[in-house]
Amino acid sequence: MAAITRVWRIPLVRHGVLGLLALVVMIFVLSQLSPFRNAQMATMAYLAIAAGGLTVLTGLSGQLSLGHGAFLAVGAYTSAYLLKDGDPPFPLVVVMLVSVVITVVVGAVVGVAAARLKGPYVAGATLALAVAVPALVRYAGGLGQEQGLHVVVPDVPRWFDDTIWQITGVDVDPTSYVAYLGWIALIVSYVLLANLMRSRTGRNWRALRDNDVAAEIAGITLGRSRVLAFVVSTAAAGLAGAVMALAVRVAAPSGFPVDLSLTLISAVVLGGLGSLTGALLGAALLTFLPQAVTSWGTSAGLSDVQAAELAPVVYGLIMMAVILLAPAGVVGSLRQLWQRRRGLV
Amino acid sequence: MQQFFTTLLAGLTLGAVYAAFALALCLIWRSTRVVNFAQAPMAMVTTYVALEVIDHTGSYWFGFAVALLAGLVLGAVVERGLVRFVEGKSDLNVVILTLGLFVVLHSLAAIVFGQDYKSFPAPFGLRGLHVAGHDIAITGFGIFTLIAVAVVFGLLVALFRFTDLGLKMRASAFSPEVARLLGVRVGKMLTLGWALAAVVGSLAGLLVAGGNLVFPQFMDSVVVYGFVAAVLGGLDSPAGSVVGGLVLGLALSFVSGYAASDLVPITALGILVLVLLVRPGGLFSHVAERRV
Repeated sequence: MAAITRVWRIPLVRHGVLGLLALVVMIFVLSQLSPFRNAQMATMAYLAIAAGGLTVLTGLSGQLSLGHGAFLAVGAYTSAYLLKDGDPPFPLVVVMLVSVVITVVVGAVVGVAAARLKGPYVAGATLALAVAVPALVRYAGGLGQEQGLHVVVPDVPRWFDDTIWQITGVDVDPTSYVAYLGWIALIVSYVLLANLMRSRTGRNWRALRDNDVAAEIAGITLGRSRVLAFVVSTAAAGLAGAVMALAVRVAAPSGFPVDLSLTLISAVVLGGLGSLTGALLGAALLTFLPQAVTSWGTSAGLSDVQAAELAPVVYGLIMMAVILLAPAGVVGSLRQLWQRRRGLV
Repeated sequence: MQQFFTTLLAGLTLGAVYAAFALALCLIWRSTRVVNFAQAPMAMVTTYVALEVIDHTGSYWFGFAVALLAGLVLGAVVERGLVRFVEGKSDLNVVILTLGLFVVLHSLAAIVFGQDYKSFPAPFGLRGLHVAGHDIAITGFGIFTLIAVAVVFGLLVALFRFTDLGLKMRASAFSPEVARLLGVRVGKMLTLGWALAAVVGSLAGLLVAGGNLVFPQFMDSVVVYGFVAAVLGGLDSPAGSVVGGLVLGLALSFVSGYAASDLVPITALGILVLVLLVRPGGLFSHVAERRV
């Protein structure tokens, strides 16, 4: 028993096992869902991946980016460009990896510039980026301008369909294929991010966030550490963009408004700043709440247009309430409660 | 040559609006070290209030005054009712709070006032002036915009430089503890700072709206460019806000006049990055000591 506890204490083992468990549960859940629910699950997957990256940036290293929608756009456009004929030069996984790599290159350039800046100045620069990227896409040739690029999702590979059929007895249709891909990407990225957060790098980020001067004296290079956080979070955003392109089936400038970036921040805040579970919870709220609130609004006598605006009101209010009442977020507050009951605090 | 002057004058009026907005951000930053992202939606709400009043009474100036008053109240309420509770906590919390307010006000306005476009009246002519047989590309309302922003800037400088109240406000922002020991009601000063900023913000809203269409998103471009202008000038300096606003307004006007309007956002980003790489604290920043 003691040996198992000791092995379980190793983050790599723990996260790996949890990831595998999540993978199995995910396969069974997704196979039972209707196409509509599967589409929602795909949406949740890309919001959660992007929110996970933002958790690292904002929650751990303390930099606020108001422009992560721009990085999603880079990832989505890369995927869309490679998939526009439905006949990519390489497998879909490689398409997603290429999207990540290109986004990381862009993110590194922005991160180097942002590392020199503090608080509101980073926010300002990234906000300008969030507006500039969609406008640039409209202006540039070869990216479909206002209509954007149409994404053709490749056929479900035979081996993938066979494997899932053998496990669950249900065939994979194109909609659930995207949901499977999105959730596999989500689980893989969360395992990687969770390990990173528990590593020396993660500790460095937390040290920088809490007191940058003390961290520097302790030998942490401020600039390098900040750029690294930015790069990691943009890698997640690039992956999220690739999944988004597959889920939405189009990459167009109107899909990346400033609201998208703000939505991602609210996902990070709703669940609790600095916790991946929180980011997942926030993404789930953002995916499933609007529908519930909108139907509640129409039944309460609002017009369709008005009811559609009700969801942002609700999650804006939740965001403010979380900051005012439980700054540690839902997950953080529960954790504090649990620790207090165990007498740890 | 004609086009050059047209673009120049359009840029100046645009810049004046950004400057007003940046001034509002700068006021709040100076008094509470907070960037108020909800500034634009707050101004949007007060502009809708003005529109309702104008529709009911038929008087532009009455609506104008009511909007500024509404801004004063709204600013004070937001500071006293929301921001006060996160003061002294992590900077991020306040920012997220104002972002939440941004989202809420935006959607509430769409529910209460409707999503459709409404035209907003202007007190002065919207056609180019005609002086000595020449057409000048500035409208009566454009001149009003420039004068209004200049007056506001003058009043703010006078407030901070020459009055006791301004001195108290500066003291509470600079060192709350010491100011409190010396008998300054710091809390009241912070509320006042937010209220004044919201008044300036509502003025910016009225200037953007005049002669244009009003809808819940009409201030969105000003959010970005006003913020960029404030950051450009250095958030600490009112003069920087005005210079930043005018520089940005002119640059963007020339880019959209001579190149393409889709290049405007990337130009703003380019200018911002360039300035911040040379001076990370903005154009008018001075080196500040850091407390360890």
